[in-house]
Amino acid sequence: MLVAVVLGGFLFFLGAMFTDDPLFRFQAMIFVAAAVLAGFALTAGVSGGLFRDSPARYMDGVVRAGVIATMFWAAVGMLVGVVIAAQLSWPTLFYFPEAGWLNFGRLRPLHTSGVIFAFGGNALICTSFYVVQRTCRARLFGGLLPWFVFWGYQLFIVLAATGYVTGITQSREYAEPEWLVDLWLTVVWVAYLLVFLGTIWKRKEPHIYVANWFYLAFIVTVALLHVVNNLALPVGLLNHRSYSLFSGVQDALTQWWYGHNAVGFFLTAGFLGMMYYFVPKRVERPVYSYRLSIVHFWALIFIYIWAGPHHLHYTALPQWAQTLGMTFSIMLWMPSWGGMINGLMTLSGAWDKLRTDPVVRMMVVSIAFYGMSTFEGPVMSIRAVNALSHYTDWTIGHVHSGALGWVGFISFGAMYCLVPWLWNKERLYSNRLVEWHFWIATTGILLYICAMWVSGIMEGLMWREYTPEGFLAWSFIETVSAKHVENIIRTLGGLMFLSGVFIMIFNLWRTVKLPSVDRNDALAAPLPAAA
Amino acid sequence: MSVWKHHGKLERHSLLLIIGIVLVVSVGGLVEIAPLFWLQSTVEKVEGVRPYTPLELAGRDIYIREGCYTCHSQMVRPLRDEVERYGHYSLAAESMYDHPFQWGSKRTGPDLARVGGKYSDAWHRDHLVDPRSVVPESVMPPYAFLANKELSVRDIREKMQAMTALGVPYTQAALDNAVTDLEAQADPFSTDAVALRKRYGAKVVNRDFDGDPDRITEMDALIAYLQMLGTLVDFRTYEAAAPANQR
Repeated sequence: MLVAVVLGGFLFFLGAMFTDDPLFRFQAMIFVAAAVLAGFALTAGVSGGLFRDSPARYMDGVVRAGVIATMFWAAVGMLVGVVIAAQLSWPTLFYFPEAGWLNFGRLRPLHTSGVIFAFGGNALICTSFYVVQRTCRARLFGGLLPWFVFWGYQLFIVLAATGYVTGITQSREYAEPEWLVDLWLTVVWVAYLLVFLGTIWKRKEPHIYVANWFYLAFIVTVALLHVVNNLALPVGLLNHRSYSLFSGVQDALTQWWYGHNAVGFFLTAGFLGMMYYFVPKRVERPVYSYRLSIVHFWALIFIYIWAGPHHLHYTALPQWAQTLGMTFSIMLWMPSWGGMINGLMTLSGAWDKLRTDPVVRMMVVSIAFYGMSTFEGPVMSIRAVNALSHYTDWTIGHVHSGALGWVGFISFGAMYCLVPWLWNKERLYSNRLVEWHFWIATTGILLYICAMWVSGIMEGLMWREYTPEGFLAWSFIETVSAKHVENIIRTLGGLMFLSGVFIMIFNLWRTVKLPSVDRNDALAAPLPAAA
Repeated sequence: MSVWKHHGKLERHSLLLIIGIVLVVSVGGLVEIAPLFWLQSTVEKVEGVRPYTPLELAGRDIYIREGCYTCHSQMVRPLRDEVERYGHYSLAAESMYDHPFQWGSKRTGPDLARVGGKYSDAWHRDHLVDPRSVVPESVMPPYAFLANKELSVRDIREKMQAMTALGVPYTQAALDNAVTDLEAQADPFSTDAVALRKRYGAKVVNRDFDGDPDRITEMDALIAYLQMLGTLVDFRTYEAAAPANQR
């Protein structure tokens, strides 16, 4: 292992020396720095005996690290989101003419990747590591491999983020990192699959729990999507730039096949896995329906893959493909709501917890947002609706009702559960702070999505409005300035959501500082009530 | 019921589960994407679409680097208001040499698919340096630094070679003269511009795009790219209603 680190570091060092591309050198040097750090950590770890395996216990160190990383990247990613919202609200205040790297175009990928992959990805990796151990009653597979997945993924985030602000991008939305970073992520992802599968192979339970189906579908499909969508030819082995294998219409559909399933498998299947463990566990009730979970699992993963073309309505994509995409997008409504019903109805007999446990309330509201945005999505995928909504802020609002409401809240719920469990605390530091977080964040989401509904539908209508004489009623810039107030409300909503995250970080940090209790969470711990 | 019992097998064998997942998620992509590569009707046959000149290609890379696609689409839809606002709806053929495509997904700013020739070079320069100097309500970021940054031409030939490997029809002469062609297009008095036009078509204009005759900046490249967008196909002769062009 140490040999691989040294060799890798040396190769990147050579690359950095011999390239004439400053951006490639920059990324190679980050790899070198990471290799040096990893080398030191490995040496110190081996000589200090830190890596002794304790097979009788769950491997929770890497999950704890994942919780910290999740909260850290949540703050970073959402802060960048507030900054770019402010840029669109007050362009004279938040743009700096000589600092091109702070422009909207470079910060926007930083925000989307920061929230989806850094915050969401860390939340998925750490919860999946926690869940797969508990539901299989087995320690994580692979010795140090889970730690490689964790640190390898952080390295991917650092490379991607520094790449965006220095101008390294292949302009594929939610897949902006260039070929070198893509290759690195592939290595990390294969390791992730190995750890997850290896743990399942070691399981002491005959059945694979439903949460793990979703996690597995997420890991496998994201690997497939990532590899196909990032097929590209590097300009040179020592050049940061690459050009995608496909062009024009084929490239567009490949990208949106990826883009929509980044939503379907990263932001939906993975987080449904989270829901299927943490909701039943927290409310101490079995999953509502085992058969519903089977039906909606297979239907969801089958139908999602088809939905990509609805991002390309009325474009140069052939109409048969658009129609297929729209048809399956509408069908997708059903399995999505199957998941929502299964999650919500798990509370049967425990609805009183909505009043008493703010963490449960957060998770239930997240499922409600999931239901709302998976209804809105099919509506927007109808060609006639899409003619109005496409290219407008409506899409941005739709994404955020899913990202802030569903992904954000279910992750926050899981983190609120995990911190006392992982750090052996009796309870959270303060339930009242969770209440504050909940209400500030919920109000923030509502302000955000309502502002985007108004501005999106308004600009869509203004673009197509005609005067009685038959001329277009508005110049483009009039539709931009008309959105000023909504932009400010959106910034405020985002700021409130971000404040909630800071309240949460404070609360979790104080929880960690509480005196510990003995939780006896060895491998023999009972399973969550599973149907 | 026995179906549920059979599902038990998938729950007990992780490899069966994975195979099931891979099979189920492969269908949609195969049915929707794969035919686009062999159905002849996917991309229309049109006159005029050509590979980017070296200067335009460099400008396009700056467009990508700065994330212009996050706010500007390059895809005019066949809707009355869009056709009247921006021009003829976009054809698949117009982006057939675009590795990667730049159709975009959001119009925080207007569509740029046909922005070429609509504004003067000087307007573009002023607008990029300080958008609010020409459009007071604009929310676009300023790109003044492009005018101060000399264009890097060191890997332009490699870039064109990579494009060639991907199927973009650059001639050997175009590859050999990459840097000469690039410099010729940014110089209004260049004697090499004749050869440039011979390789890329009579419509290519050699100008000092950024108003700074002393050097070739990133601003030159970006404006050269913007000024050619949507200008390649002659829509006076294109028959949109012809059966061959219906998809």
